[in-house]
Amino acid sequence: MSVTDPPMTMQANVLGLFAARRRMSFLVPGVILAYLIYIFFAFDIPGLAQRARMDNAAILMSDFWIHKTHVTRDNRTGAVTVSIDGEARATYPAGKLPEWVTVAEDQTTISLPGGHGVVYDAAGGAQYRHPDYGVIDVQPRDGTLDITLPDGPVPDWISLGDNRISVTTDQGRFSMTRNRTETFRYKAGWALFFFTLDSPFHGKSPGELAALAVSGDRVDPARSNLSHMVSDFWNNGLWRHKDVAWAIFETILMAFLGTFAAAIISLPLAFFAATNFTSIWAVRFGMRRVFDFVRGVDSLIWTIILARAFGPGPMTGALAILITDIGTFGKQFSETLENIDDKQVEGIRSTGANAVQRARFGVLPQITPVLLAQVLYMLESNTRSATVIGAIVGGGIGLLLTQAISTQKDWEDVAYYLVLIVLMVIMMDTLSGWLRRKLIKGDAA
Amino acid sequence: MADIAMTPPSAGQKELGVRTASYIAATRRKQMYSGILLLIFVLMMMSGFRIAEERNAGDFLPGLRQFFSFPSEVVSEGWANRANIPGYVAQFFPSLVETVNIAAVSTLIGALAAALVGLLASRGLARWPRLIPVFRRLLDAMRAIPEIVIALLLIYILGGGPVPAMIAIAFHTTGALGKMFSEVAENADQKPVEGLTSVGATWGQKMWLGVIPQVAPDWLSYVLQRFEVNVRASAILGFVGSGGIGYDLKIAMQWGGGKYDQVVAIFLMLFLTIVVIDQLSSRYRQKLVKGS
Repeated sequence: MSVTDPPMTMQANVLGLFAARRRMSFLVPGVILAYLIYIFFAFDIPGLAQRARMDNAAILMSDFWIHKTHVTRDNRTGAVTVSIDGEARATYPAGKLPEWVTVAEDQTTISLPGGHGVVYDAAGGAQYRHPDYGVIDVQPRDGTLDITLPDGPVPDWISLGDNRISVTTDQGRFSMTRNRTETFRYKAGWALFFFTLDSPFHGKSPGELAALAVSGDRVDPARSNLSHMVSDFWNNGLWRHKDVAWAIFETILMAFLGTFAAAIISLPLAFFAATNFTSIWAVRFGMRRVFDFVRGVDSLIWTIILARAFGPGPMTGALAILITDIGTFGKQFSETLENIDDKQVEGIRSTGANAVQRARFGVLPQITPVLLAQVLYMLESNTRSATVIGAIVGGGIGLLLTQAISTQKDWEDVAYYLVLIVLMVIMMDTLSGWLRRKLIKGDAA
Repeated sequence: MADIAMTPPSAGQKELGVRTASYIAATRRKQMYSGILLLIFVLMMMSGFRIAEERNAGDFLPGLRQFFSFPSEVVSEGWANRANIPGYVAQFFPSLVETVNIAAVSTLIGALAAALVGLLASRGLARWPRLIPVFRRLLDAMRAIPEIVIALLLIYILGGGPVPAMIAIAFHTTGALGKMFSEVAENADQKPVEGLTSVGATWGQKMWLGVIPQVAPDWLSYVLQRFEVNVRASAILGFVGSGGIGYDLKIAMQWGGGKYDQVVAIFLMLFLTIVVIDQLSSRYRQKLVKGS
């Protein structure tokens, strides 16, 4: 009995562990699944399918990289305007229409790709020519529209209503009401990204621009072509490159100032929270609670309070990052300080150095690489946070982004900012990684 | 003989002198470089601050004097109407649950996705070793796009509510955790994987039985840390976009004076939630690290 007993209990133990393990391996996925089912209903995912605006998604995706040129005729006055995305600031001047629009007498001819074309005729009507379908003729008559289609059923890409018609094909879109006749021509790419229509350099190829830049014939006698070009690009009224560059700079500035100022402030404070430097329990406890408090009052709350006191702008954002990071750095630095090697400090102490000297020559040299790594990591993460904080306090690229999104039509601007934000984050990541390797290895060697 | 006896010390002394001089010169040079670097850094900080202050709506010193005026206004109004606060806490409690739920579910989904992509991006473990750079760049890209961008775009498509914030945070979490998961997994012991390979296990079985049990404590610790971060992110996204207690805070703030008792209630709830979650998570993480 006594010989067989221990193996029996061992076996029972092992079997018990197996059973517990098996229970866990069903229990954990079960709990996760149950939670996801709860969320499915709590977040009303079934209702989401109805609320989702897939047409908005389509607009967004196409506007990201396609622009449309509107050719609009006001049917009361007969005036024809050609503009990009219907923006007043991007209206072609009368003499410099794109080559696919010709205005002769009272007739406007618009050629679309694929053999499609639209004519606004002198009588106030319009014809859409479809190479496969035929001619759609619309004429205003006694306050209504008289629409003539080729024989056969009306295809689904033509939408007819009382007093209005719209034709949507892959090549463009044509619509006419009593007041307005409008044609959209789509083109890939961002319009007027480099030069707006009022710039003499608009519509020139890169080769022509390069030739102009080095040639002596000045477009504007007052300044050289190159500086004229740079200034036209920089002051582009549609894309606002100048403001965007400033916004990106402000965002990086917020992250830079906030992170380093927080590091400078929290380093001395961290000494008071480290066990091996502060023997008075109350001071340590107090300092640690301060750090906990600063971290606990979330950056959101700090940002709101600071925005009230300092108004919108990059300094407010920098201060918000500063305050939040003091909590994080204070905790990290004091933990680093507790892990130092005491021998070096003792060595310095033996020469009669005071507390500040011991900290400077005994402690700082050993923790500098670790601290720098922590600070640079934080700089990376704060570059991202600065975008969000900018959106709350109203500064930097975060502000431009929320403004562009809230118009719900400048999606090409949103795409531009998005690309810049991602580039900025990648650049800061690379820079901080490079600095980390450089500084930390440099110190060790 | 005398010559020989005389020369070595003098040569040694000379050498020592040269060495000392070059050491001092090197130290001086190092000090000068550090000094120049420090000077550049200080100048950058100062000019950066000047620019930031110039481009800010309010200046630093007047703002500093006003720093406590808003909080004290809020607190005094909240104190005057302190009887209302328990009512508001009850009123906003569902929003708080929503905020925490957004963080929890996005951490969960992000962690599951990160486990898969992280393993696919780990050297020595990946299912398709040639695709490792692809998955790494994917994780980098997911990390680089700030949550707010995705959230705001999704609000345009999906409308308000918690789902845009959830997807945005889950997306970012996948990128952030995927990188850490893959770093941990690359350091895992390969022997269990080799053992499983020798018995003909599939890739899924090798990962599930050979790698995950080894890395689970570290992974869980990262997941908990991420959950802390995500609770904050979820509150912020609510404030900028919609959903959860952040949105209620924005509405209450927009009212301005008169609704500050609501602001106090929300601040308190947010503060307590974050502190409690931080404490619980750090205690559990310590247990995990010690247990492993």
